[in-house]
Amino acid sequence: MSEGADLKKRRFLTATTSVIGAVGVVGVAVPFIASWQPSTRAKAAGAPVEADISKLGPGELLRVKWRGKPVWIMRRTEKNLADLETLDPKLADPASDMPQQPDYAKNPHRSRKPEVWVAVGICTHLGCSPTYRPEVAPEDLGPDWLGGFYCACHGSRFDLAGRVYSGVPAPTNLVIPPYQFLDDNTLLVGDDGGAA
Amino acid sequence: MSTKQNLVNWIDDRFPMTKVWNEHLAQYYAPKNFNFWYFFGSLALLVLVNQILTGVWLAMMYKPSAADAFASIEYIMRDVEWGWLIRYMHSTGASAFFIVIYLHMFRGILYGSHKNPREMVWLFGVVIYVVMMATAFMGYLLPWGQMSFWGAQVIVNLFQAIPLIGEELSVWIRGDYVISDATLNRFFALHFLLPFILAALVFLHIVALHKVGSNNPDGVDIKKNKDENGIPKDGIPFHPYYTVKDIVGVVVFLMFFAGIIFFWPEANGYFIEKPNFEPANPLKTPEHIAPVWYFTPFYAILRAVPSFAGTQVWGVIAMGVSIVAFFLLPWLDQSNAKSHRYKGPLFKYALAIFVVTFAILGYLGVVSATADRTLVAQLLTLIYFGFFFLMPAYTRETSDKTTMAKIYFAAMAISTIATLYYWWLFDGGADGSLLVKLIVTAIAAGHFVIFGIKPWLKPEQSSPVPERVTE
Repeated sequence: MSEGADLKKRRFLTATTSVIGAVGVVGVAVPFIASWQPSTRAKAAGAPVEADISKLGPGELLRVKWRGKPVWIMRRTEKNLADLETLDPKLADPASDMPQQPDYAKNPHRSRKPEVWVAVGICTHLGCSPTYRPEVAPEDLGPDWLGGFYCACHGSRFDLAGRVYSGVPAPTNLVIPPYQFLDDNTLLVGDDGGAA
Repeated sequence: MSTKQNLVNWIDDRFPMTKVWNEHLAQYYAPKNFNFWYFFGSLALLVLVNQILTGVWLAMMYKPSAADAFASIEYIMRDVEWGWLIRYMHSTGASAFFIVIYLHMFRGILYGSHKNPREMVWLFGVVIYVVMMATAFMGYLLPWGQMSFWGAQVIVNLFQAIPLIGEELSVWIRGDYVISDATLNRFFALHFLLPFILAALVFLHIVALHKVGSNNPDGVDIKKNKDENGIPKDGIPFHPYYTVKDIVGVVVFLMFFAGIIFFWPEANGYFIEKPNFEPANPLKTPEHIAPVWYFTPFYAILRAVPSFAGTQVWGVIAMGVSIVAFFLLPWLDQSNAKSHRYKGPLFKYALAIFVVTFAILGYLGVVSATADRTLVAQLLTLIYFGFFFLMPAYTRETSDKTTMAKIYFAAMAISTIATLYYWWLFDGGADGSLLVKLIVTAIAAGHFVIFGIKPWLKPEQSSPVPERVTE
C-alpha cells in the first residue's frame, strides 16, 4: 500500500459510502415496486355494485361482476335449505368456523336472509369459477349429490351454501362478500355499511 | 500485407476479435466423441434466436390491452401479410424450445455434465430453464383467450397459498384483484424483456462451459492427455468440425419444425389449446383447463398433493421443490464416474424410470383428475422426488453417508410412509379402486427398497473410467 494511507479510515469511508448507497438503492426501488400495486383506477373499479333480484326465481342463479370477479346471487328453495343440514357430516367446515364470510353470514345458511345467498364464485383452491349444478344425483356427481357447485378444474365440490366438501382440493368454503339489502329487491354487493 | 489482413490487424489492436474467435471457436478443443445428444445445445440457441426475432416482429402488430389483444391476434393471423407464419413460428417455437431443452437436460444427466467441475455450467442452465418457464407463462397470457386467462388465474393464485403474504403478493403480481388489463400489460413488458436476459444467461452458460471445457459421452477429462503443443489428444477444434456437424442438426431440426408450422401448428390442442380460440371471459371457466404440455409434469405434482390443515400450500411447496431439485443435482450425484456408461446399473434404472415418470406426469397434468389418476400421480410424485433425493443413496460408492444424504433419505422415508398412511389409514383420504391402491402401494414400497435401502446397505460401485475417449 502507498505510504501514509490511513487504511482504517479508508475502510470506514468505503463501508459508510456503501451503506448510504444501499439506502439510495432501496429508496429508488420503492416507486418501481409500488407501481405494481393496483392503481387508483383498479381500486375504484372495486366499488360496490347493485343487483336487482326482483326477477330471481327460486332455484335461479344470477351472476354479477364485482372487482372483476363473478359474484353469485341465488334464491334457494325451502328444500335446498332443508338439505343443507343433512350435508354437515360430509363437509370440511360445516359451521363456517374459518373466516370466509362476514359475521352476519356465519350461520347454517351462510347469508343474511335464509333464501337469498350471495357468494364470490371463485373456487378457494386455485381460482377457477365452479359450475352451478342444481340437479339432484346427476350421473357424474354421484347419487348423494343434492345440488351445489362443482369445479371442473380440480374437482372441488361445494354445497348450495358454498360450503366445501371434505377430501377435495379446495381447503375452505367459498367466500361470502360484504353485502347489504338496500330494499327487498335490491342488493348492494361489496359494501355492508360497516356491519362486520 | 493484404488489405483484409490490415483491417483485421486494425480491429485486433482495438478489440480482441481474432482472440475471441480462436478461444471460443477455431481453437476451442471439444472432445471428438460427441454424439447425437450434443445437437441440442446449438439447437436451443437457434430456437432462442427464432423466438426473439419472431417475437419482436409480433410486438409490432400486437396490442397489449384487454380490450384489443384478442382482436389483434386475429388481425395478425388474417390481415397482416405473412402474419400467420410469424405467429406460428413463435407459438411452435415455444414448444420446440422446451422439447430441445428437455433433451439437452437429459443429455447432461446421462453423461454427468452437471458433475465437478461443471456445476456452474449446470446452475446457469437451470436458471435459464426457470427464466424460460416464466417467459413462456407470461407469453401465454398475451392472446387473451380463455385458456390464457384462466391458466394465468390458476398460476398466479399459487402465490396466494403462501402463508401471511400470499394474498398481498398475488394482488401485487396482478396489479388488480383479478387477472386484468394491468396484468396483461405488465406481462407483455416482461415477456419482451426476459428473452434478452435469457440471452445474457446463455452467454454466462457458455463462458462457464469454455472455462472448464466440454464433457463427453465417456465423461473423460480430455485435458489430462495433451500432445506436445498442449492440445488435447482427444480434442478437435469446435470450428470447423462441430459447426459443420451442428449445421446438419439444424437442417434436420428445421425440417421437423417447418413441418409442424405448416401442417400441424396447433398440434391438436397441445401447442395452442382449443379454449384459447375464445376470448377471455372472467365470469366463466372453461370445462377443462390445463397448462401447456411443457408445464404439465409440475402441474400434476401440484394437484397430487392434497390440501391439509386448511391450506393448499403443500402442493405449491412440492411443485417448487420439484424444480429446485434440479439445482441440487450436482451435489446429489455422488458417483465416482460422470457418464452413465461407467456408473452402476441402479443409476441407469433410476434415470430411465425418471424419464417415464416425467412423461406420465406430463400426461396426467393434461387430463382431468379422477380418483385413480390421483393415486397414480401421487405415486409418480414420490418416484420423481426419489430420483433426486435418494440419489446420494444409490450413487455414493462408500457406506459413510454425508449428513445431507441422511436428511434426504429420511425425508424420502417419511414421505413414503406418509403417502402409504394417506392411502390406507387417513380418514377422508384417498378414494380410488382397491386394485389401483394395491398396485401403487407395491410400487412405492418396492421403489424405496430398491433405490433407498438396498444401495444404502450395499453401495454400488462404478467401473473404471478409461484414460482416453472410446470411439
